[in-house]
Amino acid sequence: MAIMSFIFAFFFFSSLQPILSLYEDQVGLMDWHQQYIGKVKQAVFHTHKTGRKRVVASTEQNIIATLDLRSGEIFWRHVLGPNDVVDGIDIALGKYVITLSSGGSILRAWNLPDGQMVWESSLHGPKHSKSLLLTTNLIIEKDNSLIVFSNGRLNAVSCIDGEVLWKKDFEEESLEVQQVIQPPGSDFIYVVGFAASSQFETYKINAKNGELLKHESTAFSGRFSGEVSLVSSETVAALDSTGSILLTISFHNGKISSQQTPVSNLLEDSPGLAVIIHSSVTGIFAIKTDAATIFIRVIGEGKLEVVEKTNHETVVSDALSISEGQQAFALVQHAGSNIHLTVKPAHDWDSNLLKESIKMDQQRGFVHKVFINNYIRTDRSHGFRALIVMEDHSLLLLQQGAIVWSREDGLASIIDVTTSELPVEKAGVSVAKVELNLFEWLKGHVLKLKGTLMLATPEDIAAIQYMRLKSSEKSKMTRDHNGFRKLLIALTRAGKLFALHTGDGRIVWSHLLQSLHKSESCRQPIGLNLHQWQVPHHHALDENPSVLVVGRCGPSSDALGVLSLVDSYTGKEFSSLRLVHSVAQVIPLPYTDSTEQRLHLLIDADKHAHLYPKTPEAIDIFQSEFSNVYWYSVDDDNGIIKGYALKTKCSGNVADEFCFDSRELWSIVLPSESEKIITTATRKLNEAVHTQAKLIADQDVMYKYISSNLLFVATVAPKASGEIGSVTPEESWLVVYLIDTVTGRVLHRMTHHGSQGPVQAVLSENWVVYHYFNLRAHRYEMSVIEIYDQSRADNKDVWKLVVGNHNLTSPVSSYSRAEVITKSQSYFFTHSLKAIAVTLTVKGITSKQLLIGTIGDQVLALDKRFLDPRRSVNPTQAEREEGIIPLTDSLPIIPQSYITHSLRVEGLQSIITVAAKLESTTLVFAHGLDLFFTHYAPSRTYDSLTEDFSYALLLITIVALVAAIFVTWILSQRKELQDRWR
Amino acid sequence: MEKGKGIMGSGRRWAVDFSDNSTAPSSRDIPDPPGFTRASVDQDDSTVSRQKKDAESNWKAQKAWEVAQAPFKNLLMMGFMMWMAGNTVHLFSIGITFSALWQPISALQGVGKVFEPYKDNKVDLLGPKLLFIALNLGGLALGVWKLNTLGLLPTHASDWVSSLPPAQEVEYSGGGIPL
Repeated sequence: MAIMSFIFAFFFFSSLQPILSLYEDQVGLMDWHQQYIGKVKQAVFHTHKTGRKRVVASTEQNIIATLDLRSGEIFWRHVLGPNDVVDGIDIALGKYVITLSSGGSILRAWNLPDGQMVWESSLHGPKHSKSLLLTTNLIIEKDNSLIVFSNGRLNAVSCIDGEVLWKKDFEEESLEVQQVIQPPGSDFIYVVGFAASSQFETYKINAKNGELLKHESTAFSGRFSGEVSLVSSETVAALDSTGSILLTISFHNGKISSQQTPVSNLLEDSPGLAVIIHSSVTGIFAIKTDAATIFIRVIGEGKLEVVEKTNHETVVSDALSISEGQQAFALVQHAGSNIHLTVKPAHDWDSNLLKESIKMDQQRGFVHKVFINNYIRTDRSHGFRALIVMEDHSLLLLQQGAIVWSREDGLASIIDVTTSELPVEKAGVSVAKVELNLFEWLKGHVLKLKGTLMLATPEDIAAIQYMRLKSSEKSKMTRDHNGFRKLLIALTRAGKLFALHTGDGRIVWSHLLQSLHKSESCRQPIGLNLHQWQVPHHHALDENPSVLVVGRCGPSSDALGVLSLVDSYTGKEFSSLRLVHSVAQVIPLPYTDSTEQRLHLLIDADKHAHLYPKTPEAIDIFQSEFSNVYWYSVDDDNGIIKGYALKTKCSGNVADEFCFDSRELWSIVLPSESEKIITTATRKLNEAVHTQAKLIADQDVMYKYISSNLLFVATVAPKASGEIGSVTPEESWLVVYLIDTVTGRVLHRMTHHGSQGPVQAVLSENWVVYHYFNLRAHRYEMSVIEIYDQSRADNKDVWKLVVGNHNLTSPVSSYSRAEVITKSQSYFFTHSLKAIAVTLTVKGITSKQLLIGTIGDQVLALDKRFLDPRRSVNPTQAEREEGIIPLTDSLPIIPQSYITHSLRVEGLQSIITVAAKLESTTLVFAHGLDLFFTHYAPSRTYDSLTEDFSYALLLITIVALVAAIFVTWILSQRKELQDRWR
Repeated sequence: MEKGKGIMGSGRRWAVDFSDNSTAPSSRDIPDPPGFTRASVDQDDSTVSRQKKDAESNWKAQKAWEVAQAPFKNLLMMGFMMWMAGNTVHLFSIGITFSALWQPISALQGVGKVFEPYKDNKVDLLGPKLLFIALNLGGLALGVWKLNTLGLLPTHASDWVSSLPPAQEVEYSGGGIPL
């Protein structure tokens, strides 16, 4: 009977369909979502009206956002496309946010309180030019108007509906308009620019109708360099192209008069090349040289006077008019770990309206931008608040000498992510502050029990929900049994490294990398990627894990590389290296030394391989595997894939035993007139595969071709590499290759005629799934290729397998030329993709699901069973039993399988999957502008109790059962006794 | 098995003792069946007892054979049930198969017990026992066969390679599009 009931239970549970969605009250238990806006380019305050004070910001990631000035929270946010660069923002009429974007061709107005778009107008013009946005109080035909200069045309646009009221073209070929100025209180506009880099031109234009009132020009002997700085409404300051002569040009009433002052006259020491800083403070402008920032005042007719010379990194804000005719501006200077914020009136350099010193985290770097805003204190004096943008792209609000709030907006531009384990829980490690005492634990469980028995009041339910969301268990700083708690280490474009806790997404530490800091020897450092350098588990548990950050000085591929090693527990950069060679590729090798440091091979632009770490032990390990290490490079510009083996020590002049020459082994040259490489995909290095056999219907077996040296390459016709729809189906094709990267053997090649990129691909185990556009069907398609090893297929003798007399597990070489067969199938798919990934579990037993980053910035889980090339329209009974789904022409999108549920990961870039220690569970981290993290169990959590399992109920049930047994035992004893007495 | 026990085991409900040679019908509550005369049994004692013993051992031998053949009916029954259950793995077929396996095994364990009541010096129980065992083994074989048709026996290559880890690779290659 016990067997029967067990079997019954087994079949009952196994017949349940996996439910992949979650309940409303489970949102936020395992997942977290963070929203960012990126590095702020321009900010406009809106504090005049009563109500919520806010700041409108445009960022380098093309976002328009309004933030709450009290807390820094986002009120609303719009992500413009990657090509829709914001040129300028402003607030008009106190209720519209005006944005000029896409090189000045799109002007939009957004409703300030809720972010809805009010109007949009497109502005076109005769030629490409600088885009300038100017809001005025001008009233033209009863409408408040905006003046926009873009694409060589001056437009006056109505604020109310975006209608163009008048336009004026500036078609002169060489004219470069620099400024559009409206002197206060006047009804004309100056358009100031250079023609042919040596002519200074002013146009005076009637603001009411766009009529040209006056045009003046004057020639200058030298050439102008780009920027001009507005000194007053009728005076500008400019530098010549040598950066040594300052010009002040005034054009009062259309008469141009200019003054030339050599920079060396103002400064004693020769400053070198100077650049003018864009600012709008009346009477003062600033130039920046290599060593210093110099503030110069214009006195009277073109006379210049140096007011201050600062040697620190100094940032100046735009002018802010605080009262009638009075302007103020802010200066931010660094002094040690403090920053000094000074607000000065424009007319008087020596007096300060405000001087504050604020302690600033060193890890934020220098101040890059400052925006100020004023408010009236209770004693009618002026108070100032400043919004500063730091080197790490973070945004801070300073007020009254303190940081009111800060936003880590550097996380909006993550380059690469890796993970690290947390410290092991030891007796010495104090985690007491997050531990609960027994009473609280019991109280929590009683509450939970009440919830289960439907006895809870609404307050109790709220308390339960709060308890579940704020569970201290998930945010502890120690390792857990299930491997859910980890550190996500993210490298941002600003060169800062962040460690995020997977439990609640908080920043555990952040570190601005010194090696990626601008310096004399490394002018344009950029971070490239992150690798796990040391992952101690067995021998070196007392060591901290560390990550390797690879960077390079400059954008070109032959720029010198930089490496730094960062402790992942503390964030300390314990080693930083300036390489003497460039970094073209970083290859983590599958070997570790005795301290569990992973060996890495860095390939430079000259195809020399450099081994790291540079220790004798590493070289010993490497020497023993020397002949088995290969590398390949994919040259996507020329369509050449080349494979290399390592030869001998470098033949260069310096004896470096860690440097090796490469020898070309093979090359695949794709015909450049018909194929262009657009995508490659490889298997993840850390992917575990449980078995090499795939069982198919009727007890048959197929052997997977599992090789980590498999490369997927997708090429398209060069004509078809543009946008979808730019070519006809006849002249467009997509060719996919599966290549063994050791021998260069093409294992499989397939052509999709009439198809086109972009291609997104993921390779895992023995299959590859890729997504492309089918021009003939006008739909997106996804294809799967599975590759099987036919040369193992005759291992079918049961007795040989029983006694282990087979060679299925003996090491294989790529040179053994396995005979492979492939199976493939294509399906239609509704969405276009931004990213694709596959779930990853620790042993690879759990079935796989594809994680698809849709165009709507959500992450959709799709069972791999839908992409099985063995699907057919009418599967046999045996195939059905095996779990083969009848073939349909398109892949289903199940709304419940969006793992981001109702959230969006704006600007989704990539999806990273990490295996937890629990076999059923994958940790999924999706990043773009936003961050999203969740746990995902592709086949449900079959190996653990669910989070809402009621231990209290179980305990009570057990106690009740024991009591019942005891009572019935006593009763039966008594009855037996009575029976005997009878 | 249940049947065999029901007939011959300790819990029998009625029995006619054919060796009863008492002449007084009043010694029993039940009247003699019509046509039965006790007077006809008037042989001498020794013949009577020998005959009685012969009859008993004959009867025992006969019954032993009957018991030995009992699993045959079971076998047919089982076969029918299995045919009904079909070849897919589900609750019913699993239940049938396990009971088909369990019954012969438990019967085989209790061979001695089953033939206990027929133990006699004169009765040769070897034949019935062998038949009984053979039939039960047949039942067991049927169960195993069913198990195999359900695919629950590791008789295929797939059962032995399903957990083989992938072969280690000799070479290692890395790289890609230059950074």
